[in-house]
Amino acid sequence: MELYNYMGYELIEKIINKEIIVKDLIQSAFDRIETTDNLIYSFINLSKDKALKKAKEYDIKIQKGKKVGNLYGLPLANKDLICIKGFPTTCCSKILEGYHPPYNAFVTERLIEQEGAIHIGNTNMDEFAMGSSTENSCYGPTYNPWDISRVPGGSSGGSAASIASGQAILALGSDTGGSIRCPASFCGVVGLKPTYGRVSRYGLVAFANSLDQIGTITKCVYDTALLLEIIAGKDPLDSTSVNIKVDKYTEELKKPLDKKILGVPEEFFGEGVNNEVKSSVKKSIEKLKSLGATTVEVTIPHLEYTVATYYLLCMSEASSNLARYDGLRYGKMSQNLKGDVYDVFSRTRNEGLGAEVRRRIFLGTYALSAGYYDMYYIKALKVRTLIKNDFQEAYKKCDFIVCPTMPSTAFKIGEKVDDPLQMYMDDVLTCPVNLAGLPAITIPCGFDSNDLPIGFQIIGNYFDEKGILNIGYQLEQELNIYRKTVPAIK
Amino acid sequence: MRIQNNEIIIGLEIHIQLTNLKTKLFCSCSNDYRGTEPNTHVCPICIGLPGSLPVVNKKVIEFAIRLALALDCKINNQFWFFRKNYFYPDLPKGFQISQYNKAGGKAFADGGKITIRLNNHKKDIILNRIHLEEDPARLVHKGSISTSPFTLVDYNRSGVCLIEIVSEPVISSPEEAREFLKQLKSIVQYTGISNLELEGSVRVDANISIKGYDRSEVKNINSFKEVERALRHEIIRQKNILKRGKKLIQETRHWDDKRRITIPLRTKELEEDYRYFPEQDLVPIEINNDFIQKVKSELPEMPNERSVRFRKEYRLTEFDSYNLVLDKNFADFYEEGVKSYPSFGFEEYKLYCNWLMNDISRWLNNNNKTIKETKITPKHLVDLINAIKNGKITGKIAKSFIPDLMVGVNVKALIEKTGKKRISDKEYILKIAREVITNNPDIIKDFKKNPRALEALIGKCMKKTKGRLDPELTREILLDLLSNKIKKIEI
Repeated sequence: MELYNYMGYELIEKIINKEIIVKDLIQSAFDRIETTDNLIYSFINLSKDKALKKAKEYDIKIQKGKKVGNLYGLPLANKDLICIKGFPTTCCSKILEGYHPPYNAFVTERLIEQEGAIHIGNTNMDEFAMGSSTENSCYGPTYNPWDISRVPGGSSGGSAASIASGQAILALGSDTGGSIRCPASFCGVVGLKPTYGRVSRYGLVAFANSLDQIGTITKCVYDTALLLEIIAGKDPLDSTSVNIKVDKYTEELKKPLDKKILGVPEEFFGEGVNNEVKSSVKKSIEKLKSLGATTVEVTIPHLEYTVATYYLLCMSEASSNLARYDGLRYGKMSQNLKGDVYDVFSRTRNEGLGAEVRRRIFLGTYALSAGYYDMYYIKALKVRTLIKNDFQEAYKKCDFIVCPTMPSTAFKIGEKVDDPLQMYMDDVLTCPVNLAGLPAITIPCGFDSNDLPIGFQIIGNYFDEKGILNIGYQLEQELNIYRKTVPAIK
Repeated sequence: MRIQNNEIIIGLEIHIQLTNLKTKLFCSCSNDYRGTEPNTHVCPICIGLPGSLPVVNKKVIEFAIRLALALDCKINNQFWFFRKNYFYPDLPKGFQISQYNKAGGKAFADGGKITIRLNNHKKDIILNRIHLEEDPARLVHKGSISTSPFTLVDYNRSGVCLIEIVSEPVISSPEEAREFLKQLKSIVQYTGISNLELEGSVRVDANISIKGYDRSEVKNINSFKEVERALRHEIIRQKNILKRGKKLIQETRHWDDKRRITIPLRTKELEEDYRYFPEQDLVPIEINNDFIQKVKSELPEMPNERSVRFRKEYRLTEFDSYNLVLDKNFADFYEEGVKSYPSFGFEEYKLYCNWLMNDISRWLNNNNKTIKETKITPKHLVDLINAIKNGKITGKIAKSFIPDLMVGVNVKALIEKTGKKRISDKEYILKIAREVITNNPDIIKDFKKNPRALEALIGKCMKKTKGRLDPELTREILLDLLSNKIKKIEI
C-alpha cells in the first residue's frame, strides 16, 4: 500500500517504529502532488525545499532519540488564509499578491513549530473563503478527486481535495458557513468545525469574524481528534477564544454510545435535500441506533431564515473586514495612480478583488448603511438569537443533532457559478451551526449512484467536541468506508 | 442684526491621548512614539495585518475609570467596542475601533460635568459621555497639506489609546470654552493618565451654531490654545454670513491653524456614513463596582477639592486657590514650600502664593514653560521670602532674582553676587562713605598731606560692606565728598 493511503496515526506509528523515515513520507506526498495536482489543483503554492529539509532534520532528531513533537513530521496542507511566517498568503485573491505574513497564526505555530507537522504547501480556496465550490479563486478552480468534472465544494476545496487524493495527511481549513464541512462532504473526508472560541483565530484572515472558525480536514476521525487536541485552547491574543478545558479527544473516541440521544430535525431532511443523501444519512442513523444510541425528533423552526440571516451577517462583517485591502501597506496596488487617494484605493480594490467578493462587500455595505442598518443588520442579529434558541431548545431533548451535511453531492464545475442565490442555498444545513456557534463534524457515510461521497453531519452542544468525535468515530468504524480511495486520477 | 453671546451654542469633542500608558490600546507596542524613527513602533495588530486581532489593554480601563470618576460620570458596568468604518491612509484596517452610544452600543461612561468660573460666575458644563478609541496613524506632509508633493504615513501613532470627552452643547462663548478646557486639562493632569503638554496629545472638534441656525462642526483643532481662536473666528464668520442676509448651512469645516481660518470640508449631504457596528473580535468588557471602588480609593485629590482645602488650610482667597491648583505641579510646589518652613504663618502663605501667582507665573508665561520644566525649588522661594523678611534684600531686588532662580541659582549665591552689584546704587555708597569719613577723622587729616590715605578710606568702606562696593565708584564718591569737605574746612 502506498504511504499516502495510510491514516495519520498509522504513519506516526510507522515512524516511531522506524518502519519509515520522515523524508520518505514527505517525498511521497510531493510525488503524489506531482502526479495528481495537474488535474486536481489542490495547491497554489508548495513549500517543497523547506519541507524536505525539515524532514531530514526530523529524521536525524528521531534517530538520536530527540523529540520532534507529537505529529512526527506528518505532511500538513494549509488553507491559503492561515498565516505562516514568511510564506505567501493570498486568500486566493489578486489583491494580496506578494504578501508574506511576518508572523505565525496560533494554529500554525502549534502544529508546525511545536508539534512537528511539516507544512507542504498552501491550498486553493474561494477568494477570501467566499464560496461553496472553490470556483472563486483567482488561481482558477480545484477539481473533485472523485470526479474531476465536479467541484470539490468550498471554500476549503483545496484542503479537502488534497486529503481525499492522498496529497497530504493533515489539512487546515476555516469554516464560516460550512467552508470545511461542505468540501469535506463533497470529497468524502472528515471535516471538523469546532465551537466558536474553541480554537484561536489569531492569524486567520477574517471573512466574517463572528462566524469564522479554524478547523481540520483529515481522512479519519482519529486524526481529527489528534489535531484538535493540539490546536484547541485559550489564546491570549484572541479575546474570543475561551478558557475551557481541552479534552483528551483521542482517548474519548472509543467510548460506547449507550443511551446517547440523537436529535433528528425534520427541517434538515426537507424538500431541498436530495433523496439519495437523505436515505444514506437515515441508514447511518439506524447504524448508530444499533450501536446503542436512541433517537428523538427535534425541530429547528427558524431554519428557513438561516440562509438569509447568515448572508446578511457575513456580508456585513466582510464589508468591514476586507476594508484594509487598499494596497497601501502590502499586497498589490493598482499601477494607475491617477487621481486622489480614494481613486487609487477604488481602482486597487476593483482590480484586485473578484466578482463574488465585490458583490458581498457591496451588499454588506448596503446592509450596514444608515437607514438600512436596523432593517437588515439588527434584524439579522435578532434572528440569529432565535436560531441559537432553537438549538438550545433541541438540546433539552437530545445530546446531539444528526443530519446531512450538504443537500446534495458534488455538483458539476460551472453548474451554479452564474446563480449565486442557488449557490448560497447550499449552505442551508451548515450555516445554522455557525450562526449558533456550535461544533459540528462531517464524516463520509456512503456514496450516491454516481459514486460520489455523501456527508453525515453531527452537531454538538457548545464545547462538546468530545461528544461529536465519539459519535463520528463509532459511525466511521461501523460503516468502514473511510479507507476507500479515490479512483485513479487521469 | 445683533447677536448676543448667549445666543451662541458650542459643544466640544475632545480627544486626549492617554500618554501615561506603557503600551497601545490593543497591542503591546510602546505607547511612547514621539521622536521615534517612523514605522518602528508597530506590529501586526496596530498596522492591521490580515489575521491579526485586538486585545484590550487592561490598564486602559483603570485610566478611563479614573477620568470618569474625576468628571463625575456614570460608569457603565458593561461596555463594548464598535467599528467606525471609513477609508483613509491613516487607518490601516479601514475602520477605527471606537465606541458608539446608539445602535445598542454604550459609551464607557455617561454624563458628568466640569464646573468653570468666569467673571465671578460659576457654571456647570454638562458632559454627554466619554469613550475610548484608537488613534489613527500620523500623516506627514512637506509644509502645508494643500501644497505638499507627498503624504507620508507613520504608523507609530496607530493604535495609541484616545479617550474622547463629549460635552453637551451648553458652552456659550469662546471664553467659557477656554475655561472649560483649562479645567479639563487640570483634571486630566491630576488623574495622572496623560501629559497634555506633549505635542499632539490633544485634538478638539467643535460644534458651533447661533441659536436658531444650522451648526457647523470645526475639526482639526490641535491644541487647547487654538480652540478659543478657532471659535472666535467661526462665530464671526457665521455672524457675517447672517449680516449679509445669507443662509448658514450644516457643514463640516477644517481649522487651518497656519492661516487661522476655518475652511469648508463637506456639507451635510456628503457626510460620511460610518456604518457603526459591533466589534466582535472583542468580547464585552465587564467592570464591577469593587474595581471602581478600588480605583476611587486610589484616586488623588482633585483640583476642586484641593482648592477648597487651600482656602481653609492656608486662608487663600477663592481666586488664588482656584488658580493655584490648576497646574498640579504648581500647587505641589506651593504646598511643599509653605510646609518646609514651620514658622511660616498665614502671612507667609499669602506671600508665597503671591510670588507664585505673580512673578513666577509671569516668567513661566513669557518663557512658555511649566514649573516642572524649570529648576526653581520650593526651598528657593522660602529663602527669598525669608531674605526679604530679614531685611537682607528689598522686594525690588528679590524680583530681580526671579530669572536666576528659575534656572536654579540659589538665593544665598544671588545675595552675594548681587551685593557687589550695589555699586550702581550711588546713594548707598554715599551713605557708607559718609559714615567712614565721620568715623575716621585721623585718616582725613592724613589725607590733606598724603593723598594716598584715600586708599585707607576705600579699604574702610569695603570692610564695612564685606568688599561689595565698586572700588572705582567708591573712590570717585569719596573724592567728591572729601573735596567738598576740604572746601568746607577751608571756608
